[in-house]
Amino acid sequence: METRRMPAKELEGIVGAEHVREAAPEDAVDGVQPSLVVEPGSVEEVGAVMRVAHREGLAVIVRGSGTKLGWGNPPAAADLILGTTRLDKVLEHAAGDLVLRVQAGVRLEELQKRLAGAGQMLAIDPPHPGATVGGIVAANASGPRRYKYGTIRDLIIGIKVVLADGTVARAGGKVVKNVAGYDLSKLFTGSLGTLGVIVEANFRLHPIPKAARTVAVELESPRAAREAAQAIMHSQVEATAVELHWSEEERLLSVLVESIPEGVEAKREAAAFLLRPFGEVRELSDEEAGALEPVLQGDGGEVPVKISAPPAELEDVLEELFGAAGRRGVGVRVRGHAATGVTYAGLRGGEEEIAALVEELREIRVRRGGSVVLLGGSPELKRRVDAWGPGGDYLGLARRVKEKFDPRGILGPGRFIGGI
Amino acid sequence: MERERLVETMRGILGPEGVISEREELRTYECDGLMNYRVIPDLVVLPETAEQVQRVVRVCYEEGIPFVARGSGTGLSGGALPVESGILIVTSRMRRILEVDIPNQRVVVEPGVINLWITEAVSGEGYYYAPDPASQVVCSIGGNVAENSGGVHCLKYGFTTNHVTGAEVVLPDGSVVHLGGGKAPDAPGYDLLGAFVGSEGTLGIATRITVRVCRKPEAVKTLLAAFEDTEAAGGAVSGIIGAGIVPAAVEMMDRLTIEAVEVAVHPNYPDAGAILIVELDGPEAEVESQFEQVIGICKQNRATEVRVAGSDAERALFWKGRKAAFAAMGRISNDYYVQDSVVPRTELSAVLKKISELSGRYGLRVANVFHAGDGNLHPLVLYDNNVPGEAEKAEELAGEIVFACLEHGGSLTGEHGIGEDKKKYMPKMFTAEDLDVMQLLRCAFDPHQICNPGKIFPTPRLCGERPGPFRMHPVQKAGLAELF
Repeated sequence: METRRMPAKELEGIVGAEHVREAAPEDAVDGVQPSLVVEPGSVEEVGAVMRVAHREGLAVIVRGSGTKLGWGNPPAAADLILGTTRLDKVLEHAAGDLVLRVQAGVRLEELQKRLAGAGQMLAIDPPHPGATVGGIVAANASGPRRYKYGTIRDLIIGIKVVLADGTVARAGGKVVKNVAGYDLSKLFTGSLGTLGVIVEANFRLHPIPKAARTVAVELESPRAAREAAQAIMHSQVEATAVELHWSEEERLLSVLVESIPEGVEAKREAAAFLLRPFGEVRELSDEEAGALEPVLQGDGGEVPVKISAPPAELEDVLEELFGAAGRRGVGVRVRGHAATGVTYAGLRGGEEEIAALVEELREIRVRRGGSVVLLGGSPELKRRVDAWGPGGDYLGLARRVKEKFDPRGILGPGRFIGGI
Repeated sequence: MERERLVETMRGILGPEGVISEREELRTYECDGLMNYRVIPDLVVLPETAEQVQRVVRVCYEEGIPFVARGSGTGLSGGALPVESGILIVTSRMRRILEVDIPNQRVVVEPGVINLWITEAVSGEGYYYAPDPASQVVCSIGGNVAENSGGVHCLKYGFTTNHVTGAEVVLPDGSVVHLGGGKAPDAPGYDLLGAFVGSEGTLGIATRITVRVCRKPEAVKTLLAAFEDTEAAGGAVSGIIGAGIVPAAVEMMDRLTIEAVEVAVHPNYPDAGAILIVELDGPEAEVESQFEQVIGICKQNRATEVRVAGSDAERALFWKGRKAAFAAMGRISNDYYVQDSVVPRTELSAVLKKISELSGRYGLRVANVFHAGDGNLHPLVLYDNNVPGEAEKAEELAGEIVFACLEHGGSLTGEHGIGEDKKKYMPKMFTAEDLDVMQLLRCAFDPHQICNPGKIFPTPRLCGERPGPFRMHPVQKAGLAELF
């Protein structure tokens, strides 16, 4: 393997010797071992680091807290880890405007605590403890509340990025309504660090609902799951989240309703009424609702998979998934956003079986306009099955965009769809 | 290609009725909703299918002919202004609603479909399409996608970009791509759809668009509150937002607007220095309680009168005045210039004061009617074209208003787009680097810059040109070509 010259001294000169270190085995990305970890403390430093990397042709993996480093394919190369956690300032919280400007390395939990002081929140709840705002944007990570609020791409209103060659640029602004120029914040959302380093982002905020309740129904069958989810979707309840919990042990659909205290009881009642035809309805305590853990982190060796489908095909998704898993002896635990069309499944079994299962589901889902994406798994598994699956006819265009933004291909090479 | 041969080629693709080539007929298309700029296109084509759009674009690509897409032509920034020696591709014959899929809450349409038709197509099922620009009875979805249109209800429900889930796009080289999931969310790959929406027709032509439709709310309540001045009304807006209430709409009109509207459509508004229309929607119990709270907040902020719409007819009357505001200006002024800037909501009062000062200094009246909830101002600079120099003065005043908004942390445009009209201001908001990076996207989609050239960016670089200090392109230097 070719060893590149690591300009460690030069990088130390930029960010300070204490913020450059040799990469440890735990810094490896899908088994690919980088040489250095560099942690810049300002946008200017990110720019200077990228200029060096660009000049030397060093492969750079951008990392926040690293909670989603298992997303994507193994990188073709990894020389530097560019850590953003020192970029941790809340630059502006204009409470009266419900607008926020933060650096990328700010951790979501800490941010939410701070915003809560003003009765506000960034309306996003991805289940990755410790995740940074930049990482959430880069991965377009989302949680149950996306049913009501959309994903982070619907909440981002401005962005500052450092491109592969060190160019610093900004798009959008700090007003909610703004159509001046191209919406690059959307382009960078979900780009997994392959177009540039996200260093700052601006978001619209929402007031924290004053009251919340969760009602749940035990279900008999995948059909009941679809029908119950549809009943909530087509109602006027305005639920915040509609979640499915499906495994050997539980078959539960939960509905989170939020409002002002005067409104939440009526919403709870309406939701319960709609769910009643499908089974026994009960209200969950906060503890019970909180215990409905997601299966995203691959805990206990589970391989997390994200299935995207038209929401009305929920029944088919469950049947395909459990049918294919049963035939292969793969264990499945599902946590789905039942009403948005996004279903997460934790798979447990042999690599060969899981790979075959993913391919089988993908064959159906892609044909029907959706996707099946691996959100983890070992490098060996990813060598058997591509993390993203096939892209559509937009892949050529996506490659041209990548070539324009990162002509030397140094940002997360090979990690993204189509080998980008 | 010679013009005659080009006309023949286009007739071959579209049939004789799909091509307009007579100069007098072409004049119909010389401008969009912004009439300050006029360019007669070389040719207008009216495709009926995506395949025809693709064939037309392919000819343009092969022959290096610039083209501009246009829907209903209601844009107010000159985004669909034709280019000289270029082809205007009008989508108004592509008006089919292709699929209504209520179980998945989506509708698939052709780009020429009128915004309101989507709501009409799904209202029987209890659904509606949320983005509602004031021109919704005439504007097309293709145009809405190009401009990322807003409307009075986007404070709560977001803009076009939050409601479009997929698009089939003919790229400037004539190839067809499908962006976004459309049917299923989160298609893997870059959010090219997010980048396409709001790109003002410079990245390609959408030939098929999938939108999300929303369930009609259980309850809607609307009030109209009168205040002595815009400052008091602004205080009420801040109070509402501060209380954690997200109304479906908050609109403000100042005295001059109220006067004009009263003459034009007689909504019987109270005599006031400012009027707010506040609309809440959602589950009944929530709306009832918060509506009482809003009435209280208006009164605390010295509202001189609060009227609650007791029926759909009354609500419609409240809105009639607001929606007619632009047109009503014709009653009190020969001409007017519409501005479309945004400021953070908390800066509204300071910026309105500044506008009033500027109005005094220039000796021109400025009427204000705007989306107060999201700080999107629409100052209407009134002038008389028959008075020599007044149009120029009006434009200059409008420019000063833009600068004032930028100084207060705002943006050049909230919903009308940059188009031809505001590109000169772009360097006031963005650095050269920012604009260059936007150009990278442009170059990936449209390397030869033939797709709606000359819009948005004041001095676009040609693709392949290295970023750096501006250098004139050799072709341009030699006087052989205008920079697109």
